[in-house]
Amino acid sequence: MKAAVIQFPGSNCDRDATLALQSVGIASSLVWHGETEIGRADLVVLPGGFSYGDHLRSGAIAAHSPVMAAVSAHARRGGLVLGICNGFQILTEAGLLEGALLRNQGLHFLCRTVWLRAEGGVASPLTAGLEPGAVFSLPIAHNEGCYYADPEVLDRLEGEGQVALRYCDPAGGSGPLSNPNGSARSIAGLLNRAGNVFGLMPHPERACEPLLGSTSGYPLLAGIAQWALP
Amino acid sequence: MTVLARIRVSLKPSILDPQGRSVLRSLRAQGATQVQEVRIGKLIEMRLQGSLAEAESEVQRLIAELLCNPVMEQAEYQLDEVEG
Repeated sequence: MKAAVIQFPGSNCDRDATLALQSVGIASSLVWHGETEIGRADLVVLPGGFSYGDHLRSGAIAAHSPVMAAVSAHARRGGLVLGICNGFQILTEAGLLEGALLRNQGLHFLCRTVWLRAEGGVASPLTAGLEPGAVFSLPIAHNEGCYYADPEVLDRLEGEGQVALRYCDPAGGSGPLSNPNGSARSIAGLLNRAGNVFGLMPHPERACEPLLGSTSGYPLLAGIAQWALP
Repeated sequence: MTVLARIRVSLKPSILDPQGRSVLRSLRAQGATQVQEVRIGKLIEMRLQGSLAEAESEVQRLIAELLCNPVMEQAEYQLDEVEG
């Protein structure tokens, strides 16, 4: 499997993502946002960071950069797209995932480790490494991570099994106390209906190296690597 | 002709504005007891070349394309002819 990690001005997790992908056996190349092609990539990763300084809205300007037409075409063909943190924001702004990410309800930039619960639902190569119901921890680092969608959209997303990750407590229970940013229904990660586009606020690529204190992001990325093209 | 567009973008009424609430608390603490609600948005000013009608259709296009995310925001605008 080959991955293209997109670099926007202000991306700062692009090299981390490249290294983490390498650690699970996915070769990746960095693709500049001004390019109009992504090459022969099976997986496109939109990394975390502060593309365009978060100007106007987080991810809004990046969503209109030249490379995104190629990323959208890749997604329409059924290609895999993974958006982490700012990448999730870009995916919602580009219309590849529904909803929007608002400023954290507590108004603070959050940089800490949170508990997450993997939900079953739509089958996806991007979440194949997550056992439904599994509770694990990952770091978050964001200012605009409060997931929002209209209630009827939320009902539909839940009904279609598109909610892939929820913030929770160590026992796996979700509620206001374990919801760090006020996200609707504690949503931390979301798939599109077809299951080939996945956005999440937590950073699995920052938890793939024992030296850095955690390898809890490894199963998620390794699961993508193990998925074979039909 | 030059047209000055003032575009106000704000969170949809259904969305909680924690920044506005924080400012409301501060204002109340300073004795502003009449203030009932505060909501914070942004003002985008731009100058456009062309007639008012041309400027209006362009502003509407730009709002839909980039300036406002209708999932969470709403936009309104005002157009004025100004000295070039």
